[in-house]
Amino acid sequence: MSQVEVAPTVSPASMASMASMAPTVSGRVPAGVRPQTAAGFLALFRSEITLTFRRTRTIALLGLLAALPVLLGVVVKIETGDMHGGANGPAFIAQVTQNGLFLVFAALAVALPVFLPMTVGVVAGDSIAGEAATGTLRYLLVAPAGRTRLLAAKFLAAMVFCWAATLAVALSALATGAALFPMGSMTLLSGDTVGLGGALLRAVLIAGVVALSLAGLVAIGLFVSTLTGSGIAAMATTVGLVILVQILDSFPQLHAIQPWLFTHQWLTFGDLLRAPMYWTGILQNLGLQALYLAVFGSAAWARFTSRDVTA
Amino acid sequence: MTQSPLVESIESAETEGTLTGGRAAAADPAPVGPPSVIRTQGLTKRFAGGQLAVDGLDLTVPRGSVFGFLGPNGSGKTTTIRMLMGLIAPTSGVATVLGASMPQSVGSVLPRVGALIEGPALYGFLSGRDNLVRYDSADPTADPRTRARRVGEALDRVGLTAAAGKKARAYSLGMKQRLGLAAALLQPRELLVLDEPTNGLDPQGMREIRALIRELAGEGTTVFLSSHLLDEIEQVCTHAAVMSKGRLVVQGTVPELAARAQGRLVVRTPDAARAAEVLAAAGVSDIRVAEGRVDGEPATAGDEPLPGLCAALVEAGVRVRAFGVERGTLEDAFVALTGEGFDVAG
Repeated sequence: MSQVEVAPTVSPASMASMASMAPTVSGRVPAGVRPQTAAGFLALFRSEITLTFRRTRTIALLGLLAALPVLLGVVVKIETGDMHGGANGPAFIAQVTQNGLFLVFAALAVALPVFLPMTVGVVAGDSIAGEAATGTLRYLLVAPAGRTRLLAAKFLAAMVFCWAATLAVALSALATGAALFPMGSMTLLSGDTVGLGGALLRAVLIAGVVALSLAGLVAIGLFVSTLTGSGIAAMATTVGLVILVQILDSFPQLHAIQPWLFTHQWLTFGDLLRAPMYWTGILQNLGLQALYLAVFGSAAWARFTSRDVTA
Repeated sequence: MTQSPLVESIESAETEGTLTGGRAAAADPAPVGPPSVIRTQGLTKRFAGGQLAVDGLDLTVPRGSVFGFLGPNGSGKTTTIRMLMGLIAPTSGVATVLGASMPQSVGSVLPRVGALIEGPALYGFLSGRDNLVRYDSADPTADPRTRARRVGEALDRVGLTAAAGKKARAYSLGMKQRLGLAAALLQPRELLVLDEPTNGLDPQGMREIRALIRELAGEGTTVFLSSHLLDEIEQVCTHAAVMSKGRLVVQGTVPELAARAQGRLVVRTPDAARAAEVLAAAGVSDIRVAEGRVDGEPATAGDEPLPGLCAALVEAGVRVRAFGVERGTLEDAFVALTGEGFDVAG
């Protein structure tokens, strides 16, 4: 141990003198149940969100997501001459050259199937398992964080991350789009034209829908996270599940189960680019996410509140 | 032996045949008055693999005691502590902490308990101070308005103020241990559960922590201290229990336990053979004769028979150079009780 830093500040004598200043010494330690306060209850939620964004890993993931629209924008700018409509490229790519705002939708459409779920899988998958692996879970539980409260805080923090991740893509795309392409009133998929303000409003709405689309995945990630004591295993499993589900979604033979896959309706957010907005698919998507949240949230809760914490 | 007060449980442990030798010295029986802070009845944990980690544990920790929890590695100490802290559920039996059963009452009990379990666990990317803030936020009874002050005081108490801003991953093992202790001291606690708290500390650090434990005990905090450092237990504990292979071998006050390692009568004399004969005739058993020295176990404990024995030796013409009883240490008691020293239990 580094004596230089620690030892001079405490000899047993100085410890004793410090203790004699402490208020507890004069009387006995107060006994009895201490009441829980609302501020105290909410502190864990705040702590959890702060903790998520103080990890270098989180910042790196957000940086990765922010780099994606830039790459996309530059590629489109360079290859402008070769664009033959959206048939082969990702959705909305063809419109980007006419209006930079479309880069927001194109970037979200590219990020949603792979990159966003990957980052969300890392954050949600690691949430409980990572704490178990480092041993901090046992100290949170004896604090006592309360297992249900801790799980709720983890879910909230992961949802905040989904929102931040979507925002990172959208804002970076907006900036890149504005820098590389003309901005202005936008022609919607239905052929109507809306002004820049209206278009931005739709962008905000879409970002919100995309973030909420990830709720089901967060619940799955949390559940997987309660199953193992290894953060890496939980992350890999969650991300692997996303890939597996999207592969299943591409087989025509599995037509019967596809409406129930959590990724199936993800790209319906494009329906908000019509006038009037077409909500059926989006509501179905959000309903599906709520269903996954209920099922996997309950499973995570049942598992976590009954499990022996031996790590 | 479930409901019995402390001394009786010692007696019954004895009658089970785990102990031989003298009765406990006439130490006063633990008064029934103060309620126990920890009490387990038939506490048992069998892990999924079928391994019986804790087997029918009946443990009573009196309020205000510094309770040493001893046992070789793998004897079930940490599993017991985890059950007491509600981290794992017992297979059968009851664990009561501060009057409420665990793990059902974790929410009301654990804010009054500080714990260091199997070494510290920290967020390496947070500073020492922020680690404490994080753990304090987890306690819903902790007041956020006093958080900064309480964190500062806890850091002060363990001597980490100077290193509080450093990232925890840069801490030495000893500093991590101190930070773990600080986390247990974020609030005034009725009970502190410390699993090998001086692990990784240098001798100076160990002394400081022991001084801190005594201080905390002086403030009325009951301290439950698991350790395999016997001199540590002997130095700071008032009570102790010994576990071996998942079972409680004995519990009682430290002087009682040390007395169990029966003191041996030691006579130093050039006439060892003659002395051995005299002692045997006087009822001393287990006599060992060595060069210039004879030792054995007096028939009755205590100092009463000693003058008679000495007189008998002198009468028989034995040239006595030294005569006395060597007190057993807790270590002798421990080895006698577990019969295995510190080997890892299978």
